[in-house]
Amino acid sequence: MTQTAEQKLADQVAQAHSNGQKLRIIGGGTRQSLGNICDIATTVSTLDLNGISLYEPGALTVVAGAGTPVEDIEKALAAEGQRLPFEPMDHRGLLGSQGTPTIGGVVACNVSGPARIQVGSCRDSLIGVRMVDGTGSIIKNGGRVMKNVTGYDLVKLASGSFGTLGVLTEVAFKVLPASEATATIKIQGLGDEVAVATLSEALTAPYDVSGAAHITAQDTKDATTLIRLQGFKKSVAYRAEKLKEQLSKAGDISVVTAEKQNVMLWKTVRDVEAFHKKETAVWRISVAPSDGPKVAQALRDITDAQVVYDWGGGLVWASVPYGTDARSALVGIDGYAVCIRDQDTSAQSVVPQNAAIAKIEQGLRAKFDPKGILNTGIMG
Amino acid sequence: MEMPKPDITVLDRKSEIVQKLLKVLPKDAVIFEDRETHAYECDGLTAYRCAPMIAVLPSTTEEVSAVLKICHAEGVPVVPRGSGTSLAGGALPTEDCVILGIARMNGVLETNYDDRYIRVQSGRTNLSVTGAVEANDFFYAPDPSSQLACAIAGNVAMNSGGAHCLKYGVTTNNLLGIKMVMMDGEVVDIGGAYLDNAGLDLLGVICGSEGQLGVVTEATLRILRKPEGARPILMGFNSNEVAGACVSDIIKAGVLPVAIEFMDKPCVEAVEDFAQAGYPTAEAVLIVEVEGSDEEIDEQLAKIVAIAKKHDPVELRESKSAEESAAIWAGRKAAFGAMGRINDYMCLDGTIPVSELPLVLRRIGEMSEQYGLKVANVFHAGDGNMHPLILFDANKPGDLELCEEFGADILKLCVEVGGCLTGEHGVGVEKRDLMSTQYTDADLDAQMRVKDVFDPKWLLNAAKVFPLASSDARRSA
Repeated sequence: MTQTAEQKLADQVAQAHSNGQKLRIIGGGTRQSLGNICDIATTVSTLDLNGISLYEPGALTVVAGAGTPVEDIEKALAAEGQRLPFEPMDHRGLLGSQGTPTIGGVVACNVSGPARIQVGSCRDSLIGVRMVDGTGSIIKNGGRVMKNVTGYDLVKLASGSFGTLGVLTEVAFKVLPASEATATIKIQGLGDEVAVATLSEALTAPYDVSGAAHITAQDTKDATTLIRLQGFKKSVAYRAEKLKEQLSKAGDISVVTAEKQNVMLWKTVRDVEAFHKKETAVWRISVAPSDGPKVAQALRDITDAQVVYDWGGGLVWASVPYGTDARSALVGIDGYAVCIRDQDTSAQSVVPQNAAIAKIEQGLRAKFDPKGILNTGIMG
Repeated sequence: MEMPKPDITVLDRKSEIVQKLLKVLPKDAVIFEDRETHAYECDGLTAYRCAPMIAVLPSTTEEVSAVLKICHAEGVPVVPRGSGTSLAGGALPTEDCVILGIARMNGVLETNYDDRYIRVQSGRTNLSVTGAVEANDFFYAPDPSSQLACAIAGNVAMNSGGAHCLKYGVTTNNLLGIKMVMMDGEVVDIGGAYLDNAGLDLLGVICGSEGQLGVVTEATLRILRKPEGARPILMGFNSNEVAGACVSDIIKAGVLPVAIEFMDKPCVEAVEDFAQAGYPTAEAVLIVEVEGSDEEIDEQLAKIVAIAKKHDPVELRESKSAEESAAIWAGRKAAFGAMGRINDYMCLDGTIPVSELPLVLRRIGEMSEQYGLKVANVFHAGDGNMHPLILFDANKPGDLELCEEFGADILKLCVEVGGCLTGEHGVGVEKRDLMSTQYTDADLDAQMRVKDVFDPKWLLNAAKVFPLASSDARRSA
């Protein structure tokens, strides 16, 4: 990332601020349909903010411009035997979008994957940001060290703010060593409740599970429950053996150890491949793991629903007929649901918050983007 | 330490305010006699003291809300207090304030092992959260050194860390939800027993806001199954540079220890005099701890030993048993006590990029000569979180000021090499006036805008975190 590129972007936003001109923030453009409809013709692009400015493998830190392709970062890390901890999903398949995902988009949408159950989400690995607020002012928060409590944590606030507080220009992460080996315990044919109970049993055993998912029976395919273990070879073999033994009563159990197969399996879960190319709406529902099957049942009670569980049951991906409001399945259950894909994109996809929280959010947006020019309305 | 002038109009109304508080709280929960309010005059930063006007000890969220409503209406500043262990003066009162202590709210509200969370009242101590679940082999990961005494409310306010956060993260990474009372008395619930939240990450910005955005009365915390076991290895090296390079090589090799502790020679010598832990005479001592089954631990320790051997260690002592582990940790755990026996000390917690370690330690040594004050370094090396302990004599006029000046120079150095002023203790009053070395006016203004939203009158713990000159216009508005 060059300072000139950041300043240029700041100038553009400052200009728009003084004109009251609304701006649509765009990076690689692969996640544009997430959030409420945000139909703004004038765009501000982060693609000039491209490149890794600092990578210290020995300190587990990487800093990159917001427009840097995720793939470039993952490649640079892999060359040193490291990885982004939170395993960000690629939305292209699910949304049917084209383009190159950028790291700024990952942060703006707080995108995580199956590893979130073990190491937290994008915001948990994010240690620093630079951004341009809605007045064109450049703000930095956090930094490049992983332990930092100096002042307020605007890093977290920026992550998942969908650009409504500012345009991200640079992001810094804590990274982790890539694992030497992976094993996935695979159980076939479980019903939802038993599957989630099995995932819970694995997650409450002392074996450091790094992925816990359940893909329900679809078309002709059997239901599959997946539990991932990662680390050094011997350790993975040991834990897989222990866990297999502990879970053997669950049914048809096997262990996948081939690296390539493991990568494919977890990409299937990460990117929710089960719902690619389907003519359906897709909702993403976050609840306590044991509530997952209840939500799925409530959905099936009202419509033709298929689900995929991640995060031990706490993340429910639901495929439902176009136009379904999946929020009705959350009545009496704590958590939230957001529409990720639908035919009619003008439908409101973001859940309105309760009045007290909405007031705080509105207040924050007004402080960082007083004229409401950045991705206006995308978060409600 | 400069603090804002007390508001005379508030002090003049003390008895009236006490009467109002007595209407919403039991008699024993309102403390207003001078001889009693002195109990709240300071926290862990004992160099600064100021008795509050009143202290209140509510027992429920409703009582907290009632107190804040009164203070909000009367324009009375409020300083929230957990257990008062802050090393940064986060709970230091002002003369015209109401101290709001949550110590009476210490219950466990709900425990759920299947979904791996516990919901507690925020006055519960950190260690007793683990205490509530350890019979089931679970634990709460963040482990600040003060964990026996410090409250979850304070942990949330300061985003507390600990020795094991390289693997498990700090408070913010283990906090799922809160119940919080806003300064105007409104009660809000944010997050819950699930992982991702709707809307902006308010939980993320509240955690670490040093009690300036609201009073947290309940917290939902992630609990984890205990690993099968853990064992450390102790290593001695002939220079700080070599020890630093060894840390970096361990991390690069893909081993992620749960803790990497680093002690320099002055620290090791003090510890040996005090605790006779049998540490080697070396320029730098590392303690690295790994977790897992016995075989897994052996595998990781073998990798670490192979790396360490390339760096010509003067000592390698691998623990084979619980007794040996305790012996290795004994010295490290006695470090602060050992320093306290020699003299008064000030403990800083600036964080640096690990690669800058040798430079920073060398510079601290040079500054120690210049200032004529001894300093020992003990710190979490995996994440670059330094803990320089500067020795001074509180009874010697001018020594505290000299020590503070030295400390400020160290923190400025941390920022200069790409790090930060505080890695786990927080800003409080201690580092408030140094904030401008790390942040521009625009950066600080962005943070203060957040407070404007949560606490528009700037009544909650307002004299902390931001340099007084930066926050003056807002505080006196």
